[in-house]
Amino acid sequence: MAASAVKEPIGISGAGRGGNGRGSFGGDGRGGGSSARSVPPQRTYVTGMGVALGGILMFFMALVSALVVRKGAPSGGWQALGTAHLPWRILTLDTLILLASSATLARAHNRFRAHDDEAFSHWWGVTAILGVFFLGGQLLAWRELAAAGMYLATNPSSSFFYVLTAAHGLHLLGGIVGLLAVAFYKTRRLSRGTAISVASLYWHFMDGIWLCLFLVLLAGNR
Amino acid sequence: MSAEQQSIGPVPHRVEAPQGFLRRYLFSTDHKVIGIQYFFLALTAVTVGIVLSLLMRFHLAWPNVHLPFINGGLMRPEQYLALVTMHGTIMIFFVLTTAPQGGFGNYFLPIQIGAADMAFPRLNMLSFWLTFLAFVCMLTAFVVPGGAPISGWTAYPPLSALGEVTGPGEGMGQTMWIVSIGIFCLASLLGSINFITTTIDMRAPGMTLMRLPLTVWAWFVTAILSLLSFGVLLAAVVLLLLDRSAGTSFFLPAGLSVNGELQMRAGGWPLLWQHLFWFFGHPEVYIAILPGMGVASHVLSNFSRKPIFGYRAMAVSLCAIGFLGFLVWGHHMFVSGMNPYSGLAFSVLTLSIAVPSAVKTFNWLGTIWGGKLQFETPMLFAIGFVSFFVTGGLSGIFLAQPALDTVLHATYYVVAHFHLVMGVAAIFGIFAATYYWFPKMFGRRMSEPLGKLHFWLTFAGAYCIFMPMHFIGAAGAVRRYADDTGASYLTAFQPVHLFMTIAALVTGAAQLIFFYNFFRSLKNGARADANPWRATTLEWTTASPPPLDNFGGIFPSVYRGPYEYSVPGAAEDFIPQNLSPEQSMQGNEGARSGR
Ligand code: HEM
Ligand SMILES: [Cu+2]
Repeated sequence: MAASAVKEPIGISGAGRGGNGRGSFGGDGRGGGSSARSVPPQRTYVTGMGVALGGILMFFMALVSALVVRKGAPSGGWQALGTAHLPWRILTLDTLILLASSATLARAHNRFRAHDDEAFSHWWGVTAILGVFFLGGQLLAWRELAAAGMYLATNPSSSFFYVLTAAHGLHLLGGIVGLLAVAFYKTRRLSRGTAISVASLYWHFMDGIWLCLFLVLLAGNR
Repeated sequence: MSAEQQSIGPVPHRVEAPQGFLRRYLFSTDHKVIGIQYFFLALTAVTVGIVLSLLMRFHLAWPNVHLPFINGGLMRPEQYLALVTMHGTIMIFFVLTTAPQGGFGNYFLPIQIGAADMAFPRLNMLSFWLTFLAFVCMLTAFVVPGGAPISGWTAYPPLSALGEVTGPGEGMGQTMWIVSIGIFCLASLLGSINFITTTIDMRAPGMTLMRLPLTVWAWFVTAILSLLSFGVLLAAVVLLLLDRSAGTSFFLPAGLSVNGELQMRAGGWPLLWQHLFWFFGHPEVYIAILPGMGVASHVLSNFSRKPIFGYRAMAVSLCAIGFLGFLVWGHHMFVSGMNPYSGLAFSVLTLSIAVPSAVKTFNWLGTIWGGKLQFETPMLFAIGFVSFFVTGGLSGIFLAQPALDTVLHATYYVVAHFHLVMGVAAIFGIFAATYYWFPKMFGRRMSEPLGKLHFWLTFAGAYCIFMPMHFIGAAGAVRRYADDTGASYLTAFQPVHLFMTIAALVTGAAQLIFFYNFFRSLKNGARADANPWRATTLEWTTASPPPLDNFGGIFPSVYRGPYEYSVPGAAEDFIPQNLSPEQSMQGNEGARSGR
């Protein structure tokens, strides 16, 4: 009999309410009218950000592995910036700033959960300001490098330095915009708690990416 | 659980579509409208792509015939190369990546899992419009000074990285190409976020992973491949753009001299591009084919009136193919001077993909074996898909041996391989999907006789075009040569070229039947009811075309797997997924009225 060839998903006896798909829609009691049809559950935003970070991770992995491969390429010619040129003092300071920003962000999130709105706004704002400091520090690092005669096109290692820091800086700039958006802009689809979780996820991730880039830049330019 | 949610949720009611042409058809956030937009974008792109390919074939058969619309009448080699480049790029990105995933995936993934829309409808709209923008950018490459680029769809440096010195089209044209691909990467990344999140979070109650239609599995795995590979291509094109416009030398070796001009570059490595490109490029070929595999599985089961053979194996092999696809990029670089041991590793890994591919093939055969086969047009195209996938896949096994590839690389043998396995197979997947879902999407039916005629002409035609390429390729005909009449050993192939060109012209003309059938049926086709193919999955439990919120205010629940055909003891030979065990004994009326 044809149907007996396969057992798994068929057969009346095995069918029942069984496991649950996680999803459903429209069921969280919000909205009405045209938005009711597609207000997704709040967790989709967290899932979506998690997925997006996977894509962003691959983007940075591509750049980093390009650096690693280029450094070891048989054609040779890799000239490390060396401690003389690499603005490692500023970069170290910047790294500390960014780590601190992750701590203040965690603090803000914690205060939000404790319904302490004032403290939340305070720490959230401090995080954004630290982010701006970080970007300022990166600009200083660029200026220092340029002052030493190392421009984007000077040699492969300077090229990678500018590209990696610029790519990360742009993503962090996006993070700052996100922090501000959460602070000043409300939507009906996205609850405040979710928005804060999503923004935090992104920010901590960018922090982690920077740590990796920092190590790669140090190791690649020794 | 769902009962609770319904009671606290808004009272379900039919939702009115937004008014006004702009919000309803142009800047719609409805996944169904967006799916159709992607589909028509791909339809436009495939028309351009076919015209370009016919021009190439014409030139290969009759290199000395004057063409009225070309300056000076005779096609110059660089014009031929521009055709090669634009044909490949448009077909791979704007047809094979756009139609199966952006088009049918967008339209049917939410419905098949019982959701009202994608997780992020506005992001979805943005993805489409970015894809559209990318397409416009790509087309402008034809009209900018110097014309379209000549470096092929793989855009290898140094050719692609230096600008006009390397040839016409390598100026503005290549820049437009790079910008377009960059935008396309962004669009695909955003799209994949939507697909993955929707599949994870928006499934109806009861829609477990092991009850997903195989189409959903395919779109899901494809989205994961897009997510992980397009970021890499984006990084690569950013570096390439910098090489061209900012004087960097990621991909340009030091001391390079082009046309007697020494290029003052600090020293990079051209093979770095190949690594980055093919790390994307191989997953990309699976992005093109996996949705077709899903559709083939779906349609073969439907028209054999049999459950899919080995559902779990089908889902697992999709994942295995996707995973292995990231480990084999080196098989495109066997002749790049790579370490022979790396070559061996890439060869073994590549061959291992044959295992899950064979699992799929035998399960397709197992599915139709002994079934009550109904040879409607979608079924014919699904069988055609399997046929081309097998024929094209077999030549891959030869190419995957470094020793053989040393000879076959960059010959027509490779062209034959990838056109059969990717080009034609994926297009057959798209055709199967079009004929199958047309009634659902437009509420009307396409003509069966015209569909069958289209199938047989295209099936025979495609084999006539691409099979001979194996022979001239193995005999040494090099791909991307504009003119094979220059060297005597190449001249010997001229009759074969002539044959393939005639086959291409006939097959191209046969596509007019499809276009006629499609557009005529849009207006005048017979009305389709909700479930014309007597199928089981959720899209067939709602009206044709589905209402704005897909199920007209009903929240479907799922009780069973997707392919319950000919279940012993059931009242009909198919049981829709939303039918509860009690209802299935009484016939399928309950499912139609949404219980
Ligand atoms: C058992 C399965 C397969 C094997 C062993 C295989 C192997 C190969 C190898 C070794 C090459 C490189 C040939 C060369 O450039 O010298 C190649 C090229 C190619 N393959 Fe496959 N392949 C397989 C299946 C597929 C599938 C399923 C697709 C697409 C859906 C595909 C698409 C392509 C494309 C597009 C190229 C040429 C790219 C270019 O150079 O422009 N292959 N294949
Ligand atoms: Cu490949």
